[in-house]
Amino acid sequence: MTPNSRFFHTTHRSSQSFTWGDLIAVVLIVVSLYVGARLAFDAPTVISGPDISLSPSNLPWYAVLSVGRMTAAYALSMLFTLIYGHLAAYHRRAEQLLIPLLDVLQSVPILSFLPVVLLSLSAVFPEAIAAELASIVLIFTSQVWNLTFAWYQSLVTIPKELREASLIFRLNSWIKFKNLELPFGMISLVWNSMMSWAGGWFFLMAAEIFTVGSLDFRLPGLGAYLHEAANQSDYAAIGWGLGALILTVIILDQLVWRPLIAWSDRFKVEMVENDNPPTSWFYNLISNGRIANWLSKRILSPISQFIDRVMLRQFPMPLEPPTGRKSHLWSLIALTTIFSLGVLYALYRAGQMLIMIPFGQWTQIWIGALITLLRVTIAMTIALAWTVPLGVAIGTNQRLAAFLQPIVQVTASIPATALFPVILLFVVNLSGGLNLAAVILMLMGTQWYLLFNVIAGASAIPQDLKYTAQLMQLTPWQRWRILILPAIFPYLITGAITASGGAWNASIVAEYQNFGGKALSVMGIGSLIAHATAFGNYPLLLAATLTMVLVVVLINRLLWKRLYLLAEEKFRME
Amino acid sequence: MGETLLQLKNVYQVYGSKMRRFTALEDINLNLSVGEFVALLGPSGCGKSTLLRIIAGLQEASQGNVLYRSKPLNGINPYASIVFQTFALFPWLNVLENVLLALKVKGIEEPERTRKAEDLLDRVGLDGFESAYPRELSGGMRQKVGFARAMAVEPELLCLDEPFSALDVLSAESLRSELLELWTEGKIPTQSILMVSHNIEEAVFLADRIIVMDKEPGRIIAEHKIDLPHPRQRKSSEFQLHVDEVYAILAGQTQSEQEELGTAPGEAGYTRYLPEIAISDLTGLLEHLDEFEQTKHDIYLLEDELGIDSDHLLSLAEAAELFGFVSIAKGDIEITPLGQTFAEASILARKEIFASRARRLPLMQWLLKMLSNAEKHQLKWNVIQTALSLEFPPDKTDSQIETLINWGRYGELLTYDDGSEIISLETKPDKTPVPQTI
Repeated sequence: MTPNSRFFHTTHRSSQSFTWGDLIAVVLIVVSLYVGARLAFDAPTVISGPDISLSPSNLPWYAVLSVGRMTAAYALSMLFTLIYGHLAAYHRRAEQLLIPLLDVLQSVPILSFLPVVLLSLSAVFPEAIAAELASIVLIFTSQVWNLTFAWYQSLVTIPKELREASLIFRLNSWIKFKNLELPFGMISLVWNSMMSWAGGWFFLMAAEIFTVGSLDFRLPGLGAYLHEAANQSDYAAIGWGLGALILTVIILDQLVWRPLIAWSDRFKVEMVENDNPPTSWFYNLISNGRIANWLSKRILSPISQFIDRVMLRQFPMPLEPPTGRKSHLWSLIALTTIFSLGVLYALYRAGQMLIMIPFGQWTQIWIGALITLLRVTIAMTIALAWTVPLGVAIGTNQRLAAFLQPIVQVTASIPATALFPVILLFVVNLSGGLNLAAVILMLMGTQWYLLFNVIAGASAIPQDLKYTAQLMQLTPWQRWRILILPAIFPYLITGAITASGGAWNASIVAEYQNFGGKALSVMGIGSLIAHATAFGNYPLLLAATLTMVLVVVLINRLLWKRLYLLAEEKFRME
Repeated sequence: MGETLLQLKNVYQVYGSKMRRFTALEDINLNLSVGEFVALLGPSGCGKSTLLRIIAGLQEASQGNVLYRSKPLNGINPYASIVFQTFALFPWLNVLENVLLALKVKGIEEPERTRKAEDLLDRVGLDGFESAYPRELSGGMRQKVGFARAMAVEPELLCLDEPFSALDVLSAESLRSELLELWTEGKIPTQSILMVSHNIEEAVFLADRIIVMDKEPGRIIAEHKIDLPHPRQRKSSEFQLHVDEVYAILAGQTQSEQEELGTAPGEAGYTRYLPEIAISDLTGLLEHLDEFEQTKHDIYLLEDELGIDSDHLLSLAEAAELFGFVSIAKGDIEITPLGQTFAEASILARKEIFASRARRLPLMQWLLKMLSNAEKHQLKWNVIQTALSLEFPPDKTDSQIETLINWGRYGELLTYDDGSEIISLETKPDKTPVPQTI
């Protein structure tokens, strides 16, 4: 986990709270939600899910299916990232719209879209395909924003002189992409891919186990296997399922991400050697192997040379800069106008749909939102209460770190949504069982981000400052107030932003569950969304989803963004 | 002198629009002939790098003509190549691959490509380092790769953008001699070299002609021909004479107080930039000058004595002149009685002298007046920023405010809180510091 991914765009000294880009972003979200809700009217009222077999011999196949969905979504994310980032980085006008849009989109609770996406897709496609597509769309929306942001950031931070060199030596777009842009962004892309992938599991599992009322949207995969196992209280199967899940995550980590990180170290821009570069046993094995050597020399290198030659011949850099293309501009204006008219019409219809909702339901929505907010706050408080002391202990104590770090990492790698049915199995018979389970799920979705960030922050406290604190003979309380808390503050905020997003997402799954053949629910905006889905109340679905999006975006803007700016300006140690 | 390679006619570079217009380059006229090595010299902010980029076609002039071999330049100059100050090597490509890339784009096929690249690396003395990555090399060797890559495309015009200023003294010295050898012995197909520099000695050592620029607005103020044969002897009196003369042009002459100080923002006339220097450096310069028997001193000698580059030295001299601590004429710097007093004073007395002198600066006066008129005698940073953005280009405004705050804080004229970004007037009465409770 890298703690230094940037969540907000903080280039301006005095940043406005809201811009035109935000407004457009919100409008686009309203419109796409409306289109989804409108399509949902034609969704079938009964969807029978797949049969999930609990035989362990099916697990490898389920694992392949789950990883396949992740891979498809990831490929889609990369494609989107490269195009969107490029547009935002190289076209000033596009940048003014695309970056605020990205900023809003990455703070939206994506899981709240799941019902709308599922319903609208199942109105258009056959059941099985619709659920598959919905899961891929969902995972895509969870993976893509930070990747896009990272790619955009790296494109705009390419040093001016490297850009000038690529111009003066006449590198065409392809050669520039291959030799400058991609290598420059590689480390950040790899790190963010890894984070996206880890986050993607959470949504994959949620998508695989999603059922409301008579609508069973489950997908054959590891998540559904665990869900079915918990439903049937089959403890052996739960064990098998968890084992398979953890094994899959570890295998991917060891065979894909670690080697990629070790490999991408060559793309660092710093002109000094790293004391301890990232290593990977698997990378060492294959990069020294004869097969890899042969592959790169005989196959990859000639192919790359061939592509370069073709690209250079077909698209040489023009000797003179292109002159204004008027006709192009006109078609662009026409397209924009048609698109805007469509958006306005949809906005109008969305308004009509929202007006249909009786006042009582609006009150219900807002009360639900407040209750969910309360749950999120409780989960965050509990998470803070235990992660800060433990994180600081791990971060400042080498021996403790060596012992606890691997345990924490493996535990954290299990997506919370996969464990949820299992937890439910244990607490369902207690009084307030689902309430407790909901908070536990939110907690599991939030605490790791906090813990990792606190560890990173604590281990970054300079040794001199620690010595100084000792020499000044500060009491433990003074030490916390003067040294530790300010030092970890930026990291804490970074972690808390991600954590709060995770908790809101968790509420969709946590507040409404089909378990052991009956529906369980507690009050909250998440359960409202689920109810609306189950009973086909699409205006309510639209209103509740929209409210949740707005609440979370507002909390982000009014609370987290301010705290983040404060942390960046005042507490960042350079 | 050979035929004309490059011609600039009435070139302007203007940023911004309407109220906020800033002239980066004003009426530049320049000829470059075949066989010439020309240096562009001037303080930072005089637009010399901008000029180089216009010539290379990386930037378009807002006005005027750029002619290359009598044809107007449109887009990237295909006959030019640049050696960059920070080398601009691709860190993930090794030495050979960096040079190969330039050749590949030029359309040179293997095996000719590798042969040529190896030959170039051989010529700059990087034989045996082909497979090394830039980060494994010293600064000097990295810049050799920069030279090899620039020469790989066989440019007629080689543009050097302060190529030695990021190197340590010894590497810079040896690389200069090697460049000179390649150039004077005709080992490279280059027809002409244009070098941007802020190092006066370096320019005198290398160039046939020095074009001296000044800032605010960026313009050419003089041309200085150097007809000494290569290799030039730095310690020779002719060489030193040239250095002294160029310093005299650059350091200028102390003007009347009114002209020296400029006017306040918003008033007619011209608002002077404050030289962005640290006060401890200014104190160091004055203490150094105060040690000599005579009050008068050659400016160029200070460069070695203080171990700073000419750019920094000229800014310090400018600041000292602004405060009336020194006067400058004909390349000589003379410490004034006030300067002597300052150099010999105690810390607190220094602060008082500094404060009284800083109050004379129209920009400081303006800021203090704004503050004393404001509610609670304090203003937000961005209020000042908005007001000043009409006077200074965007990238200058912040650094000018920072300088004002630094000087104001030292002179105890004002205080600044970074958290709230509030600048306030210093209220003086009680001088005993209140111990902070922890």
